[in-house]
Amino acid sequence: MNFDLSEEQQLLADSLKRYLANEYTMDARAKIVDSPTGWSQTVWAAFAEMGLLGVPFAEEHGGFGGSAVDVMLVMEALGEGLVVEPYWVNVGLAGRLLARGASPAQQKRILPALIQGTNRLAFAHTERGARYDLAHVATRAKKGGAGYTLEGEKRAVLHGASADTLIVSARTGGGDTDPTGISLFLVERSAPGVTLKEYRTIDELRAADVWLSGVTVPAEARLGDEGRALPLIEDAADYATALLCAEAVGAIRFANDATLEYLKTRRQFGVPIGSFQALQHRMVDMVISYEQARSMACLACVKVDTARPAERRHAVSAAKIKVADACRHVSQEAVQLHGGMGMTEELKISHTFRRLTMIGQTFGDAEHHLERFARSDAGGA
Amino acid sequence: MDLNYSPDELAFRDEVRGWLRGNLPDDLRQKMESYQELSKDELLRWHKILARKGWVAPDWPKEWGGTDWNVVQRYIFEEECGFAATPMIVPFGVRMCAPVLLRFGTEAQKKKFLPRIYNGEDFWCQGYSEPGSGSDLASLKTRAVRDGDHYVVTGQKIWTTLAHHADWIFCLVRTDPNTGKRQDGISFLLIDMKTPGITVRPIVLMDGSKEVNEVFFDEVKVPVENLVHEEGKGWTVAKYLLGYERMGTGRIGASKRELAKLKELASEQTKDGRPLMEDPRFRDRLTRVEVELMALEITNLRFLDQMRRSGRPPGADVSMLKIKGTEIQQAITELMMQAAGPLAQAFRPVDAMDFDHFTARLAPRYCNLRKATIYAGSNEIQRNIIAKATLGL
Repeated sequence: MNFDLSEEQQLLADSLKRYLANEYTMDARAKIVDSPTGWSQTVWAAFAEMGLLGVPFAEEHGGFGGSAVDVMLVMEALGEGLVVEPYWVNVGLAGRLLARGASPAQQKRILPALIQGTNRLAFAHTERGARYDLAHVATRAKKGGAGYTLEGEKRAVLHGASADTLIVSARTGGGDTDPTGISLFLVERSAPGVTLKEYRTIDELRAADVWLSGVTVPAEARLGDEGRALPLIEDAADYATALLCAEAVGAIRFANDATLEYLKTRRQFGVPIGSFQALQHRMVDMVISYEQARSMACLACVKVDTARPAERRHAVSAAKIKVADACRHVSQEAVQLHGGMGMTEELKISHTFRRLTMIGQTFGDAEHHLERFARSDAGGA
Repeated sequence: MDLNYSPDELAFRDEVRGWLRGNLPDDLRQKMESYQELSKDELLRWHKILARKGWVAPDWPKEWGGTDWNVVQRYIFEEECGFAATPMIVPFGVRMCAPVLLRFGTEAQKKKFLPRIYNGEDFWCQGYSEPGSGSDLASLKTRAVRDGDHYVVTGQKIWTTLAHHADWIFCLVRTDPNTGKRQDGISFLLIDMKTPGITVRPIVLMDGSKEVNEVFFDEVKVPVENLVHEEGKGWTVAKYLLGYERMGTGRIGASKRELAKLKELASEQTKDGRPLMEDPRFRDRLTRVEVELMALEITNLRFLDQMRRSGRPPGADVSMLKIKGTEIQQAITELMMQAAGPLAQAFRPVDAMDFDHFTARLAPRYCNLRKATIYAGSNEIQRNIIAKATLGL
């Protein structure tokens, strides 16, 4: 048992934090959010330069072969800095699908460009009515000729418009919610028949609804075995959820630091409001929520790398339950303790509130994971 | 980062587990598992078994009988004991008086008291709280007046756990009532419970248990050599003890065992013909407790890891373990009682035929465990400590 970070891990996290402190001020961030694309090419290039985009990928593609714990440290820093660039979607989600499901040829074609920051991806999976059921895929892929023809709609594809390539889930067999019959396809965003409607999210990211109308892809565009993509999707969702927990931990840390600072500086009745016990105890409970959430994020990140699927599901759901509860608790209390200022666009705390709120229900809210936790058995296969 | 125990740590855990399996008497284990009150003899029986093995005071220095285990090993031992349902080692001697003597005591005091504490020859209790001094401990009024080679102690202590079993009590007393700061003028005295002038009166708690007492001192003569540290420096001693008291209040091993028992109970009980465990409303509440416990275990290990690496004693962070640990213990007792449903009303048999003693302990246990967030510094005091020491508020 040890919680040591290696020198490399510490250096990477420190250099990212330094970069964000200098370059990713709230003013800079506001300009990025308001820009036409909603993310910054310059920041992305800097991430590539720092090697962040390659952390978990194999060295033969230009990555570092890092663990989820390595990426966890990056995610914590990004959460603290409230970064809007599509790191999580690329490295945590699409990157995981590629690392686990793509053929060597596909990896060779896509991963180096992803790691260098020249090609971005997104995962087009969620559909209307699916809620958090990963097996709910009504989009169809019909086999014919030299490939497949895709037909369907995807919703809330995070950072869809920033992607050059979409990883699309579609049915090659079975009914809309069957666990088998789902396949994954690499689809160029610019391919004929692909239509995107982009929108801003409440937490200042970008998402898109995607229509696939007679989109043809060659057989080589299929990722992994035909009809057997669900375990791959579940693995990537769990991996990404563990990392999202780490992002939440970073954002919670910021919310707590900012709130504590506010309690010490804001004066009412002639004294700092932090001298009031009613507020002190609430602040302490926020700190306890942080420590408990951090413990569970560590657990989840360790388990997505090392555990069998049943144990992995168990740990990730447990982590998401705790983290979702902590997101809600800390974000609400942080705004309350900031008083009216906490409501304003002006302070980073309100932006953090929105991000924490959305993290709480990305890839399943606490209730979803309570259900999944009960159905999973850590000792199973 | 590696959350798993190392091969050495695992081997140690297996050694402890194996030894406990072979040496914890069945009758004691069963009493613990079914939440029965243990007699003084039963408490001491287990104390002496551990003492013979050399494991009764792991964190003492080796020369006095400590084990030289590192913080992680001590934690493993503690949790394995909880998981195996051993009786608790009554903390007042081993965990409280002894560390104070080791830090502040004279050689004579150490030689006189430590071996007897180790071997369970003296049973200790703690004289801190008074009727007017609970969370505000520094307001205590029990007076000790120097008279030649004695102090004469007059006053009253309350909530004194197991005083009715005790041979000795360590007390915070006021030796100087006229200091500017209330924390000054307090001294730390060791008092023989057989001294004339001491009266112990039990306080019966709402579950019918008799574990706490009032202790009255009426001109009790205490030899000056039983003063620990300097006269008027008792508050320094008390503060030193606080960290010790809060360590191990997480009681994670015991909570794990009880959670498993709760799941068993909730699987046996039925609701609408289905196991209660499958009722989403009940199950979700149980799961949230289970997740808090998983998190607390890792949080605890993270703090231990920090301690191991920094070599520093536990700071205010351990107050978090006390808060969360006791909240979890209480939540489990509440769910246990609720799992038993209408059967939880049972308390004591009028005549002892075929009585389900386990179920009848659930509601009393729920009642009794309300103490956990009050004792050893109420959870509100723990929050004050964190606010002040960790957050600088």
